[in-house]
Amino acid sequence: MSHAADLPAWAALLTAALVLVGAGLTLLGAIGILQFNSFFERVHAPTLGTSWGTGAIVLASMVFFSVLGARPVLHELLIGAFITATTPVTLMLLARAALYRDRAEGNENVPPRSTLRQTPRADVQDAAGD
Amino acid sequence: MTADILMWAIWIAQAMLVAAMACNTYRLIRGPRAQDRVLCLDAMYVAAMLLVLTMGIRTGSAIYFEAALIIAVLGFVSSVALAKFLMRGEVIE
Repeated sequence: MSHAADLPAWAALLTAALVLVGAGLTLLGAIGILQFNSFFERVHAPTLGTSWGTGAIVLASMVFFSVLGARPVLHELLIGAFITATTPVTLMLLARAALYRDRAEGNENVPPRSTLRQTPRADVQDAAGD
Repeated sequence: MTADILMWAIWIAQAMLVAAMACNTYRLIRGPRAQDRVLCLDAMYVAAMLLVLTMGIRTGSAIYFEAALIIAVLGFVSSVALAKFLMRGEVIE
């Protein structure tokens, strides 16, 4: 409680606003996970928390420690960059696994395996015939 | 005065993050299939990481940053391992 008392007013208010925005977006994402009906809708919801939810809180931490220490504190950027880089990897792997499992079980509400390549292409066959 | 506003904002933000984790836990327990549970576990890792970061702002100590970084790294690795397991049935082939 005492360490925040010598913070200038603009920095305290900016940190408070950014923290509230970040936590609110994360809560919205969690409510989205709760509300959506299918997995492929649900997989979109937590990206609210991983994009600007993380971004706002990381920015708030950077502003807070930079103003408090009177020097630029930028190591929180590491967390932001890491979350930004890894979330698409995780969610795409998970969505592919879910698609694979749905196809293996024969669910009708996912697209079939290869809709584009069901008719053999004529030019490929000609090239193979030569 | 503004320090009080900041402390209240952090308190409310932590309550919001705990509520987010509660929503994720509900879906984790109820979730109809395994991929829903893995998705919720990943979202819970992110919420816990943000909770640790706000704890760092609240106490003014930089040691929480390292805990948050470790939580982020472990969350990524475990989610990828679980997704791989759902896809293939084994993690290391």
